[in-house]
Amino acid sequence: MTEPLPRLRTEKLSAMSRKFPAVKNVSLAFAPNKVHALIGPSGCGKSTFLRTLNRMHEMTPGGWIVGKVYLDDQDVYANGVSPIQLRRRVGMVFQKPAPFTTQSIFDQVTAGLVLDRSKSKREVAEIVERALVRAALWNEVKDRLKASAVGLSGGQQQRLCLARTIAPEPEVILLDEPTASLDPQGTQRIEELVFELKREFTIIIVTHNMQQAARVSDTTSFFYLGEMVEHGATRRIFTTPKEERTEAYITGRFG
Amino acid sequence: MNRRAMRRFVSRFMVGLMVLAVVIAVLPLLLILGSLLLRGASALSPSFFVSTPAPVGMPGGGVLHAIVGTLMIVGMASLAGIPLGIAAGFYCSEYNGTRLASVTRFVADVLNGTPSIVVGVFAWTWVVRAQGHYSATAGAVALAVLMLPMVTRTTEELLKLVPVSLREAALALGYSRWRTSLVVVLRTALPGIVTGSLLSVARIAGETAPLLFTVLGSQYLSFDVDRPMAALPLVVCQYAIGPYPAWHRLAWTSALVLILVVLVLSIAARIVTRQRFGRRD
Repeated sequence: MTEPLPRLRTEKLSAMSRKFPAVKNVSLAFAPNKVHALIGPSGCGKSTFLRTLNRMHEMTPGGWIVGKVYLDDQDVYANGVSPIQLRRRVGMVFQKPAPFTTQSIFDQVTAGLVLDRSKSKREVAEIVERALVRAALWNEVKDRLKASAVGLSGGQQQRLCLARTIAPEPEVILLDEPTASLDPQGTQRIEELVFELKREFTIIIVTHNMQQAARVSDTTSFFYLGEMVEHGATRRIFTTPKEERTEAYITGRFG
Repeated sequence: MNRRAMRRFVSRFMVGLMVLAVVIAVLPLLLILGSLLLRGASALSPSFFVSTPAPVGMPGGGVLHAIVGTLMIVGMASLAGIPLGIAAGFYCSEYNGTRLASVTRFVADVLNGTPSIVVGVFAWTWVVRAQGHYSATAGAVALAVLMLPMVTRTTEELLKLVPVSLREAALALGYSRWRTSLVVVLRTALPGIVTGSLLSVARIAGETAPLLFTVLGSQYLSFDVDRPMAALPLVVCQYAIGPYPAWHRLAWTSALVLILVVLVLSIAARIVTRQRFGRRD
């Protein structure tokens, strides 16, 4: 069986925060329609790495990168590539649910679509419904689409953010510890969703929770002190890690 | 005394001190409102709002000319001061760290601490003397300069309170920077900015010093912004320092009217903003 072409890959990618290298020389490839987990202790650079993939890292003061990131073989840091266009193809959900407090639930889901004015009202309504159904939120909010998102629970807010991200049909979804601020039930729903969504999207998830990585992902990469220590199929990483540091981390000896 | 009773005693004592501090802080406001009502309310009648001053010695008369004047002058000042202030505050917050932002912030702070009479003299030098006559416009310029730093600083502070997570979420959706700033950040902070602007409107509506040598005051109802105009603070001042006891009563009543106008303005604007821009809960 031949490996499918990676949807996203990095080549000797380093991410700097001013002079300090947060990510060092990481080359990774992410196959389409799989869930890829990035694990490692706090401050190991996994979130920074994730943020270089949709060029969010450069929005933090002093953030810059060395190396390459390719999306479908296109260098996303090449001259003339618009980070705005890129972010419409590579969506992102953050650790803390960040609903726009001033917008209704319906408007939030269209937030990424409004930028594309070619769609009719009916099409937009269908897209909103589809996104909310896929984010497993439709039944809970269908009667109050015009209400504010502030009244939703944390887990619902996070699923709304997910719906908002998938509505414009990106190719890749980056999840930055999406369940870190949720209770076990909310966490479980998001995990089930991630499993569902990989049929349509390529998903890269940063997580602190090793059980989560083991449950939802197909491949796992272990980051430590800015370096990518080990990468491989999740089952192999969690059963027979090659690197001693990986083994120490996943067996809970540090981190 | 055992420990528990002692703790309870200390707790109650401290709460008592805080209540006392609150009472002391609120007392002046209550006293002012109370004496205004006591001395001013007796002459307050519907005709006071809709008529102009009666000749000296005649009963009746009102302050319509001053109400109109205050509304027009404060309106003009707000039209200039609020948009400029919001724009400057927006710049300081969105381009935080640039030299122009720190200069703007510093200038706004200095201007905030400038006595209002100095701003009045400034307006006299640059507008009244240049035009060759007193005018309502000159007063509006002075008031606009006074409110500009207040609006700038509150806008900046409120924009900075918008969580970074909202900004990042918008950027991650493919929003451009200006769109993120306007549609998400400014929009989220808007109710607060409106309230801050209203506070500054209320502040300048009562300013007397900068009007003394710009607007000058007038006995007549006038809508010509190029001429001297009456204003409530000026009317209060003129009646209060006048020689007749009847005028002193009018001063109290005018002061009460001034407070009422400010109150009505802020309540009305607050209702409007709550309906149109408030959070949907």
